[in-house]
Amino acid sequence: MAKYAFFLGCIAPLRYPGIEKSTREVCKALGIELVDLKDASCCPAPGVIRAFNKKTWLAAAARNLALAEKEGLEIVTICNGCYGSLFDAAYELAEDKELLAEVNKILAEIGMEYKGTTKVHHFAEVLYNEVGVEKIKAAVTKPLDYQVAAFYGCHFLKPSEIKQVDNPENPHILDDLIEATGAKSMPRKQKTLCCGAGGGLKAAFGDVAKKFTETNLENMKESGAQYIIDVCPFCHLQFDGVQKDLGYAIPVLHLSQLLGLAMGMDAKDLALSTHITPVTL
Amino acid sequence: MVTPKAEISKEIADAAKMCFQCGTCTAGCPSGRRTSYRVRKIVRMAQLGMKEEILSSDELWECSTCYTCVERCPRQVPIVDIIIDLRNMAVAEGHMRPQHKGTATNLVKFGHTVDVKENISKLRADMGLPEVPPTVLANPAAKADLDKILAATGFTKIVE
Repeated sequence: MAKYAFFLGCIAPLRYPGIEKSTREVCKALGIELVDLKDASCCPAPGVIRAFNKKTWLAAAARNLALAEKEGLEIVTICNGCYGSLFDAAYELAEDKELLAEVNKILAEIGMEYKGTTKVHHFAEVLYNEVGVEKIKAAVTKPLDYQVAAFYGCHFLKPSEIKQVDNPENPHILDDLIEATGAKSMPRKQKTLCCGAGGGLKAAFGDVAKKFTETNLENMKESGAQYIIDVCPFCHLQFDGVQKDLGYAIPVLHLSQLLGLAMGMDAKDLALSTHITPVTL
Repeated sequence: MVTPKAEISKEIADAAKMCFQCGTCTAGCPSGRRTSYRVRKIVRMAQLGMKEEILSSDELWECSTCYTCVERCPRQVPIVDIIIDLRNMAVAEGHMRPQHKGTATNLVKFGHTVDVKENISKLRADMGLPEVPPTVLANPAAKADLDKILAATGFTKIVE
């Protein structure tokens, strides 16, 4: 059985616990053992914390990576931001021994050391590459007939030179995972356009972020999508939170919630009540 | 080739040096399409060592770090890294938006970028999840370790 350290992040456990719950249930059903990465902190967020102080960002990320290393486990995240930070930090620290030594000086102050070995995965990438679409299809007990918009977000795929998850301009793996549930992923314009929330835009320039989201929503509506399926709680928060202001009402589900539904999870375990855009199933 | 002035750090200057100003970055930039942010211009300004103009600008904070420019740059300029480094310099010199200070304060307070809400905690318990997520939130000793990292790297000072 595949076994991973489960990195929770911030938005999923503290705003959308249904994403956390459905991830746990879906992994159980697919034979993936998740071990909570105890004592972890924020990844820390790549667009804000890294933009404020790179040294803090790298040292705090290294602490998270070291916690998993100590358990001898690879990390799985359910958030593009966490994936972006932890993957990029692990990459930098594995490539640059001087940087690693510098970071270890800071970690020594708390009695920790990072050797530079932790591998970091995204939930969707694990499902596609480790579990495989066929096995997911076989686990579906309640096929869905939804038409949906697949939303990849940015840090799941980019920078592609180091991530190498899928083609960053024309990706397909999320579409394939979605279609394993019976749902149809509707083609649309500008499929890889950023949701607008990243890089501190949502916090400081919310109106600019909304303009990105609006273009996405218009393209999704035009495609006939009834749901938005994301792989990132921060994109999720952006789509879920700003739609009402923009005059849209397309319910937003994380991939884990969609899979949970298709695998017969009880709707109450998806915690849809925390969604701002009402979700009717 | 332009020799950057010393005001911009050597790392940024070296990275920016590769740019030949083709504008592919700005052409594909979703923020540039919606704001006055011109990523090519910022890289040019970095080449020219226009430190004050960059660090005090709103535009520096209008990048969503989507990496579209990095993917398409024909010179493999690490554009987002340049933006991040410039933002680090801006913050070090006191250019920080109150909203960003709020996010930073959350990290110092909770070890997470968002706060803890009572209704979510209750819902977690109702769903059979640990009421407090098993992170630094659940272990004061782990939070103290994070605090030491934040202090040792100068982060705590940012939010004061």
